[in-house]
Amino acid sequence: MPRLALICLGLGLLALVSLGLGATNLFSGPLDSGMVLAVSRLPRTLAAMLAGAGLALAGVVIQQTVQNRLVEPGLTGTPEAAMLGLLAVTLWAPGAPVGVKMGIAALAALVGTAGFFALSRHVPRRDPMLLPLVGLIYAGILGAAALGLAWATDLLQYVSIWRSGDFSGVLRGRYELLWIIAGLAVLLYVLADRITLLGLGEAQARALGLNWRQTVLLGLGIVALATAVIVVTVGAMPFVGLVVPNIVSRLWGDNLRRNLPLIAAMGAGFVLGADILGRVLRWPYEIPAATVFAVLGAGLFLWLIHAPRGRHGR
Amino acid sequence: MIEIEGLTLTRGTLRVLDDVTLTLPAGGVTAIIGPNGAGKSTLLNCLAGLITPDAGTVRIDDADIHRLREPERALRLSLLPQGQTVVPRLSVRELVSFGRWPHHRGRPGPEDRALVEAALARFALIPLAERLVEELSGGQRQRVLVAMAFAQATPWMLLDEPLAALDPRHARDIMERLHEVAASGRSVLLVVHDLAIAARYAQSCICMKNGRILAAGPWEQTVTSDLLSTLYDTPLRLADVEGQRIILAG
Amino acid sequence: MAGNRLIALALGLLALCALLLLWQLRAPYGFILELRGVKLAALVMVGAATGAATIVFQTLVGNRLLTPGIVGFDALYLFLQALLVFTLGASVLASIPAGLSFLAETAVMMGAAMLLFGLFLRKGSDDLIKLVLTAVILGVLLRGLESLVLRLLDPSEFAVVQQAGVASFGAVEAVQLLPAGLALSLALAASLWLAPALDLAALGRTAARSLGLRHDRLVMQGLALVAVLVSVSTALVGPVTFLGLLAASLARALIPSARHSVLIPASALMGAAILVLGQFVFERLLGQQAALSVVIEFVGGLVFLALVLRRRTA
Repeated sequence: MPRLALICLGLGLLALVSLGLGATNLFSGPLDSGMVLAVSRLPRTLAAMLAGAGLALAGVVIQQTVQNRLVEPGLTGTPEAAMLGLLAVTLWAPGAPVGVKMGIAALAALVGTAGFFALSRHVPRRDPMLLPLVGLIYAGILGAAALGLAWATDLLQYVSIWRSGDFSGVLRGRYELLWIIAGLAVLLYVLADRITLLGLGEAQARALGLNWRQTVLLGLGIVALATAVIVVTVGAMPFVGLVVPNIVSRLWGDNLRRNLPLIAAMGAGFVLGADILGRVLRWPYEIPAATVFAVLGAGLFLWLIHAPRGRHGR
Repeated sequence: MIEIEGLTLTRGTLRVLDDVTLTLPAGGVTAIIGPNGAGKSTLLNCLAGLITPDAGTVRIDDADIHRLREPERALRLSLLPQGQTVVPRLSVRELVSFGRWPHHRGRPGPEDRALVEAALARFALIPLAERLVEELSGGQRQRVLVAMAFAQATPWMLLDEPLAALDPRHARDIMERLHEVAASGRSVLLVVHDLAIAARYAQSCICMKNGRILAAGPWEQTVTSDLLSTLYDTPLRLADVEGQRIILAG
Repeated sequence: MAGNRLIALALGLLALCALLLLWQLRAPYGFILELRGVKLAALVMVGAATGAATIVFQTLVGNRLLTPGIVGFDALYLFLQALLVFTLGASVLASIPAGLSFLAETAVMMGAAMLLFGLFLRKGSDDLIKLVLTAVILGVLLRGLESLVLRLLDPSEFAVVQQAGVASFGAVEAVQLLPAGLALSLALAASLWLAPALDLAALGRTAARSLGLRHDRLVMQGLALVAVLVSVSTALVGPVTFLGLLAASLARALIPSARHSVLIPASALMGAAILVLGQFVFERLLGQQAALSVVIEFVGGLVFLALVLRRRTA
C-alpha cells in the first residue's frame, strides 16, 4: 500500500517536528530532555494524532449513515450534546469519577446524534446541501442551550474550553482517555463493510442482509463516543471530520475496508499539522489547533463544494 | 413458490394493499403491472420483507419472510430498490462484490470472487469493472445494480422498476439478460411501467389496481384487451403481430 | 388591513418602550431615565436594523430561510474591525473620534460585503442551497479568521476580546448612538425607496428581469444597504444570528402582504419589539442580564428548523 506508506511517512515527519518543537530546547535546555518528552511532548503529539484520527473516522461514519458527504460530527450537534451531558454531571455530581463523567457525556452525545439522525430522515434528500445547514442550526440550538445553562450556573469557562480544541494543556496523565479512539478504530475496521453498506441506503443495505437498525445504532454510538472523548480531553475541533473523508473519497473512493486506515492517518496528520502551525505562527505564544483548523478547514470545504465534480483517478 | 395471504397495509386512511392473496409459482419472468399508485412497489417491498404489513403473511419457499432475520432473508431473495439516488464512490467490481456479502459477511472466499466475475460477465460489465459507478451513464449504472442483485445468487430476484428512465436500447438489454437469468432456473419478479416490455418478456403477470389484484397468472391466459383497458382506465388493445405480443392504444 | 396591523404593531412597540422606561422608576429619575433611554435606543435600533436587513436580504436571495446573520455578515464586520486594529494599530484607532471610526468601518464593510457576497450572489438562485452553504461556511471562515487575527494581535489578552464575540445588550456607549442612528435612518429611508423594485425582485430573477428590472444593480444596492444595517447592529451590541429570522418570520405571519413598503417597517418594528420585550422580561422580571441573546439564538434556531421541515410538506 504505497499511499498508506506515504501518508504514514508524512505523519512520522510531523510527529518528529512536534516532538522537537517547544519552549524548551531538547539538546541544551535546562530540563532533562527525556522527561520533557515523556511528560509533555509525546503526550501532546499522541493526543493530536488520536484526536485527529478519531474525528476523521467519526466523520466518515456519520457521512455514510445519513448518506450525505457534507456532514460531520460538528454539524450534527454531537459535541454540543456531549457538553450538555458534561454540564449536567458537573452540576449534579461534581465529584463523580472521570469514567462516569465520560460515560454520561457519551450517552448525551448519542442522544444528540440520534436526534440529528431522526431529523435527517425528514429533510428532503434531493438536495444534499440542505442537511448540513439543518445540522448547523441544530448544533447551534444545542450549543445555545449549553451556553445558557453554563451562563446560569457560572460554568462558562468550562464550555469555552470544550468548544475550542487545544493541545497546549495536554500532559501525561491527562490525555489517556483518547486511547479509547484507538479501540474504536479497530472496531470500525472490523465493521468497515457494514458501514459501506449503510452508504448504499436503507433499502439496499437491508436487501443485502444487513441488520440495518443495529448497524446504524452502532455507527452513531461510535461517533458519539469518539466525539465525547475528544470534547472531554482536548475540546471540539470543527471540519476535520468533514474535510478528511471527502479528500480520501475524492482521491481513492469509498471502499472503507481499504480506506479507513488512510482516513485515520490523514486525520491524525491534519490535526497534528494544525497544532504545529498554531505553535509556530505566533511564537512563543500558542494559537489553539481548532482556531487554525477552522480557517484551513473552512477554506478546504469551500473548495470541496465548488470544485467541479470531475473524474477521480484511482 | 411465493404464497401471499391476506396482505393488508394501511397508510393514513389509504389502503395501499387491500387483502392481497396470491400464489406465484417459481420460474420465469413475472411482471407486476398497473397504474401509478396501485401499490406495486409496496407489494414488492412487502415480499422482500422491507415493509411489515398490518395483516397477512408472505411465505417464500415455505418460510415466513417476516419472521426471518435479515441475513437469512438475503439468502432467499435479492431486491433492487427503486431509484438509487446516492451512488457511492466504488468501482463496478467493488459494488457488485457487495452482492456476495450476505454469503460471506466480510470474508470473501474464492467462490465468491468467481461468482462476482460471473455476474460481471453475464451483464457485460467486464470492460467497465474498474470504472467508478458514479462515472457511468444511467443505463450502465442500472446494469451494475442488477448485476449486484444477480451476484447475490438467490432463488428469487425482485426488481422495483429496473427500467425507470432508461432508453429503449438499455431497457431491452437488461430485459434480454434477465430473460437468460430466468431461463437458467431463477425466478424474476419485477415492477414495470412499459407495457410493451412486459408483453414481450413476461411469462406471467400480476395486474394491480387500488391495492388489489385484478388478475394474475400466465400471460396468455390472463391478459386481455378488456383487462388492460379496465386496469388503466383507457382503451388499450392487445394484438399479435408475427408471433409477438404488442399493445395498441385505442 | 395590513396598514392597521402595522399601526397596531407600532403602538405595541411604543407601549413596550414606555414599560421598559418607566417600570419601577425610582429617584434619581433623570439619571435612571438617561441610563434606560440609552439602552432602549440601542435595543430599538438593533432590532429595527436587523429586522429590515433580513427582509431585504431574503428578497435578494429569494429565500426565507436566510438572514444576514446566518450567512456571516456580522462575522465580516467583526473580521474587518479586527483587521483594522491589526493593520493600523489600536493607538491610531483610539485617537479617531468614535463616531468617525464607526462611519469609516461601515464604509469599509459596505465595500467588502458587496465584493464578497456580490461575487457569490450574482449568479442568483440557480443553485440556491449551494449558495447558502457557501455563505454559511464563509461565515464560519470569517469567524475563524477574526479569532485568528485577534490571537495574532494579542495572544495574551485574547479572552477579554473574545467576550465581544457574543452579543451583549448591557453595555452600549452613548457616543455610538448618534452616528449609528444617522446611518440607520438613512438606510431605512433608502430601503423604503427601493421597496417597489424589491417587490418586483421577489417574483424571481428571471421574471423580474423580463419585466425590465436591472436585477444585478438592485442586488448590489440591496447588499450595500444590508451591510450598513448589519454594521449598525453589530457595532452596538455584537452578533445576533437568529433575531432577523424571528423578526422576519413573525412579521410575515402577522402582515398579510408581500409589499416591501409594508413588510420592511413591519419587520423592523417586530425586531425592535422582540428585543425590548425580551429585555424587559429577562432584565426586569427575571433579573438575568445575559440570557437574552442566548434565548434568541435558541428560539430562532427552532423557528428555522420548523420552517425547513414545514417546507417539505408544503
